[in-house]
Amino acid sequence: MSGSTTEQDRARYWRKNLSWLGALLTVWFIVSYGCGILFVDQLDKFKLGGVPLGFWFAQQGSIYVFVMLIAVYVLVMNRLDKELLGENSK
Amino acid sequence: MDVKTWTFLIVGLSFALYIGIAIRSRATSTGEFYVAGKGVPSLANGMATAADWMSAASFISMAGLISFMGRDGSMYLMGWTGGYVLLALLLAPYLRRFGKFTVPDFIGDRYYSNTARVVAVLCAVFVSFTYVAGQMRGVGVVFSRFLEVEVNTGVIVGMVIVLIYAVLGGMKGITYTQVAQYCVLIFAYLVPAIFISIMLTGNPVPQLGLGSNVLENGVPGTVSLLDKLNGLSADLGFQAYTDGQKSTIDVFFITAALMVGTAGLPHVIVRFYTVKRVKDARISAFWALLFIAILYTVAPAVGVFARTNLLETIPNKEYAALPAAKSEGGWFKNWERSDLIAWVDKNGDGRIQYTDGKAFVGKPSFRENDQGEPLLGKHGERLLANEKTAGANELYVDRDIMVLANPEIAGLPNWVIALVAAGGLAAALSTAAGLLLVISTSVAHDLVKRTLNPAISEKGELWTARIAAGGAVIIAGWFGINPPGFVAQVVAFAFGLAASSFFPAIILGIFWKRANLYGVISGMIVGIVFTSSYIIYFKFVNPDVNNSDHWLFGISPEGIGTIGMLVNFVIACGVSLVSKAPPAEVQDMVDRVRYPRESLESADS
Repeated sequence: MSGSTTEQDRARYWRKNLSWLGALLTVWFIVSYGCGILFVDQLDKFKLGGVPLGFWFAQQGSIYVFVMLIAVYVLVMNRLDKELLGENSK
Repeated sequence: MDVKTWTFLIVGLSFALYIGIAIRSRATSTGEFYVAGKGVPSLANGMATAADWMSAASFISMAGLISFMGRDGSMYLMGWTGGYVLLALLLAPYLRRFGKFTVPDFIGDRYYSNTARVVAVLCAVFVSFTYVAGQMRGVGVVFSRFLEVEVNTGVIVGMVIVLIYAVLGGMKGITYTQVAQYCVLIFAYLVPAIFISIMLTGNPVPQLGLGSNVLENGVPGTVSLLDKLNGLSADLGFQAYTDGQKSTIDVFFITAALMVGTAGLPHVIVRFYTVKRVKDARISAFWALLFIAILYTVAPAVGVFARTNLLETIPNKEYAALPAAKSEGGWFKNWERSDLIAWVDKNGDGRIQYTDGKAFVGKPSFRENDQGEPLLGKHGERLLANEKTAGANELYVDRDIMVLANPEIAGLPNWVIALVAAGGLAAALSTAAGLLLVISTSVAHDLVKRTLNPAISEKGELWTARIAAGGAVIIAGWFGINPPGFVAQVVAFAFGLAASSFFPAIILGIFWKRANLYGVISGMIVGIVFTSSYIIYFKFVNPDVNNSDHWLFGISPEGIGTIGMLVNFVIACGVSLVSKAPPAEVQDMVDRVRYPRESLESADS
């Protein structure tokens, strides 16, 4: 298939895509499974306002982080798309 | 005006709005019927996805569940929103780029097999029916409680409304109705939460109210709300609200099963097909989670508020002294009349003892005389036929009522109570409509057009889709009126199945070109058989041993889908590696899913 981008460009695009996914999902894992479940009792020793920290992560904090993760993903992917298409076709 | 008049007014207005929107946005082609002509703006799609996603369970039941489970309730909050992250990052953009109408389409094309397509259709239809029955039931409960009609009448009214706008408007009608329904449901959820947050803590933001200090004589005191709730719980013999009861490994695996199961829900995935470009799909995924997060971060606050109010108002009160009339704050007796609260005076002191443990065995079954009138005890309470337990607890409170009763418990104005009814209906109807569309698309497109009768005309396919939607509404309504006694088990089943079947097949299909038909099919079969036999064994065959001593690694049937998913991945990879690689055109198709379309267009075109 003769694309308007080279095979190397696309391979690089996909590699970057995968490493960003890896990074975002690592954060996803840490805030939910890490802070909210595995280390919840240790974190509960600290307090955020009137809320034990582990409990806060489990019930609210992880959700705030999730929203931010998707926001970062949108920005990163828009940039990657532009990088790939901008070099050759535009 | 009383609550009932307000409810008729607000619910009536919201229904008129939904139908008006549906009539304005009728679908005229299959493209409009299945995916709204792929022309929905991303912000609107975000709202519609949020309404689609948040079911009657999110609106009505979740805060109540959290309120009774304390920290363990986090598994629902994290599970459902965390699953959304998986969906937005790993599935939605790629499936959108694939560009057909449905998930079975992707499975069928990627694994070059009509058998795989049909299996995917069956899974999608099973999952959707399980869900939609619950939504119809939710509609019935709200109707019966707030408008004092029979549950069944409520279900039928709900069916007619959904029938009108789903059959007429298809995805196009549903999308714009869901936008309106999101606005109604989020407003209805926030207003009482804000009121109660101000009453308890003086903080108008419920999310922050959760961490604030309790008001004492109108000014913020020195005790935080959670400390106060933990204190109340300890005094009555409950575990501290901020501590968990379930084992860490079980919470871990249940959360994972909920996340992965949610990510595979077909009615949410299809929403991403309705926008123009992949870029819009990503942005609308962001909007949707933002809109979902507004409700999901308020829910834990509502859980704490409701629990605090309940523990402050009821324990050790004299039953006879509680007000009976609805207008005088008689919510306790009112919900008792609806079978959702029950009290058994074990020690005969006429006061309501509320502590840890069950008051009696099973769900309340109230005694009636030959004329069908309730039998009353000496304090006027309804008598029960259930076997009492040995514990000191005398009170049964259905978890589902916490959100619906919360405004009444806090003594909020009548219009707020009516608003909550409209919100619950919006949540149930929007999800039901999305699911019905999946069923009708699966039947008309995947089964009839792609498998049975490829020669069918556009018009014929559109009519098939409409008839399938109509038929699905009727079947769903039937399940709502005659709910199978095992709804809760079936839901656990649906999540487990979605986790252990669909999810690995789609992920491998996108991220691993080498994954082939044989690997994925054997992975799905082993995953499904493993998960369902585990669930069936503990839930149906041998429920007596359904406890952590007998579970595999201490993982309950609710969380076993996670193991099923891992097994599926391992088998699928192993079998794919030792069998023939997929044909070249399938590998090209994976390329088209991975890269922006413009990057693959030939340079001279």
